[in-house]
Amino acid sequence: MSILSNFQVIADNFTYFMIGRYPHGPLGGVGLTIYLAVTSCILSFFGGLLLGLLSVSRHRWISLPSMAFINIIRGMPLLMVIFWMYFLLPAIFGTFPEVRTVIMALTFFTSAYMSQIVRAGIEGIPKGQMEAAISTGLKRWQAMLYIILPQGLRNMIPSFVNQFVSLIKDTSLAFIVGVSELTHVGTQINNRTMAYPTEIFIFIAVVYFILCFAFTSLSRWLEGRLAWRKAI
Amino acid sequence: MINFIGVHKWFKKLHVLNDINLHVTQGEVLVVCGPSGSGKSTLIRTINQLEPIDDGRLVVDGMDLSDKKTDINKLRAEVGFVFQQFNLYPHLSVLKNITLAPIKIRRTSKKEAEEQAMTLLERVGLTDKRDAFPSQLSGGQQQRVAIARALAMNPRIMLFDEPTSALDPEMIGEVLSVMQDLAKSGMTMVVVTHEMGFAREVAHRVVFMDAGTVLEEAAPEVFFKNPQHDRARQFLKQLLSPMH
Repeated sequence: MSILSNFQVIADNFTYFMIGRYPHGPLGGVGLTIYLAVTSCILSFFGGLLLGLLSVSRHRWISLPSMAFINIIRGMPLLMVIFWMYFLLPAIFGTFPEVRTVIMALTFFTSAYMSQIVRAGIEGIPKGQMEAAISTGLKRWQAMLYIILPQGLRNMIPSFVNQFVSLIKDTSLAFIVGVSELTHVGTQINNRTMAYPTEIFIFIAVVYFILCFAFTSLSRWLEGRLAWRKAI
Repeated sequence: MINFIGVHKWFKKLHVLNDINLHVTQGEVLVVCGPSGSGKSTLIRTINQLEPIDDGRLVVDGMDLSDKKTDINKLRAEVGFVFQQFNLYPHLSVLKNITLAPIKIRRTSKKEAEEQAMTLLERVGLTDKRDAFPSQLSGGQQQRVAIARALAMNPRIMLFDEPTSALDPEMIGEVLSVMQDLAKSGMTMVVVTHEMGFAREVAHRVVFMDAGTVLEEAAPEVFFKNPQHDRARQFLKQLLSPMH
C-alpha cells in the first residue's frame, strides 16, 4: 500500500506534468512535448521530402551538396545539433526562443534521416514506372509527383513511423537547454520533492510509451486506409 | 518519319549500336528482330530517347534528337511507347492510367479525356474494366490498357518493345490483334518482336539485328523465304522449330 501511496506525488503535480504553468505561464510538460513532436514532425516531413528529392536529382550540383549536408547532420549526435543551434541561432538572429531552437534542431536532424527514407522509397519504385510516365510526355517532376511519390510514400510509411517515434522520444533532449517539456518538468518535480524519483520516472516513461503507442496505432490505421488494391 | 543516320551507342565499352542507318516512312510498320543482346531494344528506346545516342544523327517526326535544343518531352508526347512489362501505374484505375497524360500535358478537360479513354477502351475491347486496377487484370488485358494509354496522346508514331514476350501464350493473340488493327489504321509503327506470324502478316519491312548492327533489311516475304546471312538463317530456324 505504501508503494501505491507514493504515487500521490504524481496526482499532486498532475496539472504541472501535463501542461506546466499554462495558462498562467508558457505551455510545458506533456503539452509542450506533444507540441515539439508534432511541429518538428510536420516540418521534417516536408524537409525530408525536399532533401530526399534533391539528393536523387540527376544534376550533381544539386545532389552532391544535399548529400553532404545530410551526411554532416547524420554524423552528429542530436545533442550536438541542439547545442549548435542553441549558440548559433542567437548569434545570427539576435534573440531566439529556446522552444524554436529545439524545433529547428529536431527538424534538421530528423529531416536528414527522413531524406534517406524518401530516397530509398523513390529508388524502390521499378524503373519502368518513370520510363512509362515520361514516355507519355510527362516531365520528370510531373512523373515524380503523380506516379513515383504516390507509390513511394505509401512504402515509406512504416519507416516514417519509426522515425517519428524516435522524434517523440528525442524531444526529451530539449531539457538540456531549459525547455520545460515532460522530462524537464519531471526533473524539476524530482528536485523539489526529493523522495520519489522512482515513481516520477516510471510515470514519465509510461507517458512516453503512451504517446509513442498512440502514434503507432494512428499510423497503422492510416496505412490501412491508404492501401490500394494489391494483387490477390 | 524516323531517320537513323550513322547512329552509335556504347554501354561503357560495349558497342550496342554500331553505325545504324534506317529510315521509317509514314504509315510504315517495321518489325525489328534478332537474338537477345543484339541491340534491338536499345534501338527502339533511342527513338524516344529513353536511351540517348552517343554519335550520329537521329531525326524523329522532324525533330533532331542529336540537337540539345530539341524539347524531348514534346517529342515523347508524339511517340507512344509500349513496354514488355506493361508498366501500368498500379495505384491508378484503368481510366486514370489512360487520362493522366492528356489531362496534364494536352490540358484536355477531364470529361473529354474520359470520353476519349472510353473510345480507346472500346477499341481494345476493355470498356468494362474502366474502374479496375492494373493488378486485377490479366497480362493481356494490362498490355491492351498500356496500348490505350499510349494512344491517348494521339501519337504519330507507336513503338512496341517486345509487347507479347511477358504474356502467357493464350493472351498473345488478343494483343497482336489490337496491334494489327492499329497497323491497318495507318499508324507508323516500330515493333521489336519474336512473333514471326505478326511480322509476316503485318510488317511492311523486317530488320534483322545482330551484335549492334543491322544485318538484314527486307520485305517480310523476302526475309522469311530467303535470308541472306547465315546468322539470320540460323535465327529463323531456331525460332520456327526450337526443338532442333
